[in-house]
Amino acid sequence: MGSNMAECHPVAFRWPLKAKTEHDAVLMHVDPRFTRTSAMCDVHVPIRAGTDIVFLGGIIRHVLESERWNTDPFFREYAVNFTNAATLVSPDYKDTEDLGGVFSGLSPDGKKYDNASWAYQRNPPPSPPAGKPETLSDLLLRKVPGRPKTDPSMKNPRCVLQVVKRHFSRYTPEMVERVCGCPKEGFLSVAETLLANSGREKTSNITYAVGWTQHTVGVQIIRNAAMLQALLGNIGRPGGGVLALRGHATIQGSTDIATLYHSLPGYLNMPDGRKAHDTLKDFVVTEGGPVATSFWGNYPKFIVSYLKAQFGEAATAANDYGYDYHPRITGDHSHMPMFLSMAEGKIQGFLVMGQNPAVGGQNARFQRKALAKLSWMVVRDFFETETAAFWRNSPEVKSGELSPKDIRTEVFFLPAAEVPEMDGTFTNTQRLVQAHDKAVDPPDDARSDTWFTYHLGKRLKAMYKESASPRDWAIRNVTWEYEPESREVAAWRVKDEPSAYRILKEINGYTVADGKPLPTFALLKEDGSTACGAWIYTGVVPEEGKNRAASRKADAWISPGWGFAWPANRHIMYNRASADAAGRPWSERKKLVYWDPAADSGTKDPAGKPVIGKWVAPSGEGIDFQVTKPPMFRGKDLALGFDWLSGNDAFIMRADGKAWLFAPAGLVDGPLPTHYEPYESPVKNPVYAQQVNPVAKVWKVEGNPYHKTADPQFPIVLSTYRLTEHHLSGTMSRWLPWLAELMPELFCEISPELAGEKGIRNGEYVTIRTARGEVQARALVTRRMRPFTVDGKTVHQVGLPWHWGWQGSAHGDVVNNLTPMVGDPNVSIHEGKVLTCDIRAGKKGGGAQHA
Amino acid sequence: MPKGMFVDTTICIGCKACQVACKQWNVLPGEPADFRTDPVEKIPVAVNFTGDSYDNTADLTGTNWRRVRFIEQFPENRAGGRWLISSDSCKHCNDAGCLNACPTGALVRTDLGNVALRQDVCIGCKYCLPSCPYGVVAFSHETGTARKCTLCDERIHNGLGTACAKACPTGSIAFGEVAELKKKADARLAKLKSLGRGKANIYGYKEAGGLNVFYLFDDRPSVYGQPESPEVPQRRLPMTSAVTIAGAVAVGVAALVAFRERGQSDRGGEEVEK
Repeated sequence: MGSNMAECHPVAFRWPLKAKTEHDAVLMHVDPRFTRTSAMCDVHVPIRAGTDIVFLGGIIRHVLESERWNTDPFFREYAVNFTNAATLVSPDYKDTEDLGGVFSGLSPDGKKYDNASWAYQRNPPPSPPAGKPETLSDLLLRKVPGRPKTDPSMKNPRCVLQVVKRHFSRYTPEMVERVCGCPKEGFLSVAETLLANSGREKTSNITYAVGWTQHTVGVQIIRNAAMLQALLGNIGRPGGGVLALRGHATIQGSTDIATLYHSLPGYLNMPDGRKAHDTLKDFVVTEGGPVATSFWGNYPKFIVSYLKAQFGEAATAANDYGYDYHPRITGDHSHMPMFLSMAEGKIQGFLVMGQNPAVGGQNARFQRKALAKLSWMVVRDFFETETAAFWRNSPEVKSGELSPKDIRTEVFFLPAAEVPEMDGTFTNTQRLVQAHDKAVDPPDDARSDTWFTYHLGKRLKAMYKESASPRDWAIRNVTWEYEPESREVAAWRVKDEPSAYRILKEINGYTVADGKPLPTFALLKEDGSTACGAWIYTGVVPEEGKNRAASRKADAWISPGWGFAWPANRHIMYNRASADAAGRPWSERKKLVYWDPAADSGTKDPAGKPVIGKWVAPSGEGIDFQVTKPPMFRGKDLALGFDWLSGNDAFIMRADGKAWLFAPAGLVDGPLPTHYEPYESPVKNPVYAQQVNPVAKVWKVEGNPYHKTADPQFPIVLSTYRLTEHHLSGTMSRWLPWLAELMPELFCEISPELAGEKGIRNGEYVTIRTARGEVQARALVTRRMRPFTVDGKTVHQVGLPWHWGWQGSAHGDVVNNLTPMVGDPNVSIHEGKVLTCDIRAGKKGGGAQHA
Repeated sequence: MPKGMFVDTTICIGCKACQVACKQWNVLPGEPADFRTDPVEKIPVAVNFTGDSYDNTADLTGTNWRRVRFIEQFPENRAGGRWLISSDSCKHCNDAGCLNACPTGALVRTDLGNVALRQDVCIGCKYCLPSCPYGVVAFSHETGTARKCTLCDERIHNGLGTACAKACPTGSIAFGEVAELKKKADARLAKLKSLGRGKANIYGYKEAGGLNVFYLFDDRPSVYGQPESPEVPQRRLPMTSAVTIAGAVAVGVAALVAFRERGQSDRGGEEVEK
């Protein structure tokens, strides 16, 4: 669900097909359209775009009411031990069932939640340690809360399982049929197949991509799938999980090493001017405090080692390791707010690398016009993208809205190198880091983004070298030693390409005293003796000169010798859950990690006697748990990290060690997924009185108008998506005739029923219109599209792939001219998968329909 | 040992990587007829949108040696709808009509069983074009010669597989020894039959003397645009010749009779009675 894997991840799709052809796996696809993925699956169930939570919520209800879930002891054992199903929720918590579609804690203006009432019921906190705190960890120890209260019988009406049951009680098969527009038989076949293929002997996997993220409830849809998988016992076990298909080719890597504005490498939070982050201590207590009883109890080690990697010798205990000089955020600086600020003239300069917002940006007309408010812009790419060319030939220039002589933005277009022209790594969906070697020099003046960034940094450092101003401390002291060794560039014309190995080694981490790489993050220290760019990658360079990302040893299963899966070469996260509470494999067939009571752990107790018993994984899989912690170990109440967690707390990154069916913290729009209609929808919410996510990110500014609910001007649902033949905004495909000819022009997929109503003929031109703009496209009339019946009313849906622009060999209108800037409240992703529109036969401006 | 390809259409995801790999290895341009030059930007602009599902290649030509076909089969209520996808190319027939027709020896069968087309020997006579029962061989106006897939002749004679098979992400196109590939195909067919897919069939064991590039289909070959019983023109020669001779004889006899009758009528029929 939420993915068109065969089309958008065709190389990875070989694995589902292998499972199908060699192991009789059943493949099911739930999607509004019948795509090339549907064509490969055993089952395709069409649902109206934006109703995923109803479908998934319906499955959860079906599972919880099923005989199998309630009689097979596997499910209850997994739920009690590894999820928070038994944990008691605060009596102040009120559900959407109680409050007409919203949760307790909503502010009087309805824009923001206070999550205090979503908290667990807890035992009293442990008495704090004696003496004054000396280290950052000592501070965290004073923040450890009491253990959550639980009811292992899961009968207490305040326990999570009962809360979840009540929450989804109205998501009946009939409700699914009414809201999603799919026959309930299709829904039931999916629910039954999932249930039948989960348990001790079998596991099921759910795979998604941006079909789930790009919604105003995107994070909640994904949570819904995670809840379902936790209830089915499908997490931490081979063949299970919720697989997020990340974009090509290292989007995972770009979040790991934090190109996201609010995140530091390794998923540490960014210092924030709005939070209690004044000093390093404040920062650690604010960010590390609430999660100190998980593996995040090592927050002090991670952040100090990160600062040591950034500022080297200049980072000392006396200056808080340079924390004061580290940049801070002051608000939401994600993509859409950034362009809103740009439109207001608040942003002077803009560096564009690997992106083409003139095509890929939501409400692209708005974003192109915002570019005209900059002083300067640097675009580094392979071809002159629409973003680079906006000032001379954009639709706004052609229409006269913008004029090159009035645009004050000075545009620098610099040629970029392609992947085979540089050394580096990719990190894929499975967190697998794989190195790639440079194969050829880039042509002429084209250079890698690494080269550009490195040399830009060097020049900036030279410029600020003599500055005595404290605000220049960071640029003067940031470590920037990535000169290649002569052998790294001996074969190449470009001699000043920075060393990818040295960058990776800094990310991996090293001991400050001798510069030796660290083999594991367990060796990180909070006293400044270790430096580490991103703790999750530690171990990728376990010793000097060795790069595990370059390793290529495959086997028939986990292939631990192929690349390096962070963290610590663990391919399946939380894999302690592949064994039962007592540490025995759930079944021989699904054996992965288990407790061997006879094995010598290789460690000694304080008395010097060898410790017997440890977790083992014969496949070579990294064990995502403390290797010597016995299954029946009871965590200490006054402790951090592993010491607090018990032997059945498999979910080591969660503060309670459990998979969260109910999220007491971390989400801004509620502890449980609830169906809200998309921000633009042709129907009123059939589930609750609350129409849309109350806290969705909405920007009611000039140039970004929204459609009303059931707006008669815009009665048709529109989804945007991608095709195999093109890549994103087309920079890597529309310029190549071999790819351009395969999908040469923008087209709109339309059902014959809608085409009949509108007098649209296949292959001819149609115009699609929203309040933001209009585009023309060729009509592809196909029964792969279908109308949906929602509450007895017909809802039509059309689809537009968004790869085209006005540059390159294959031209087409920019589909994002139609989309609004509106976003998910947790992560600010836009709602590109569902909006409303109108469609008519003929070209823009009343031109003929004929092609 | 003949080499060939087994195309399992049931796991073809229609990504067209095979088409691109084919063009890259064989240095074939983007279809010239599909690009025009934008008068302002001076860059090629693709305009070959067909509206036929996701197939914008439309035909095998001198520059498109491979084409992925998309067949949408959906009843009005969409029940049991299917989107069949198959990657099509030269089948390297054991009884190759093109090769039989070639007067210069440009079309040759190599030691590996593939039918190669030597560009330096081809005179562009086009005899091969109508001789192919699959419409595979095409004339290139750029080179003035006939062109088609060669089974990557130079790759397979240097220990590599075909470019399309190498690029295929799902293994739908498998390259190898025909005997081995047949075992794989038989196993796959048996599997599909056991799953109740009764119409599944292998296309290419019997057709045109056996095809070195053969297919697993989920329905009748005609559904995938392939002839149910392809006819190699030269194999019709004896029958055609017989029909021609018989026809000539018949015409001759008829003429004789006619002349005779005319003679008789001229002479008032008296001679007959003589």
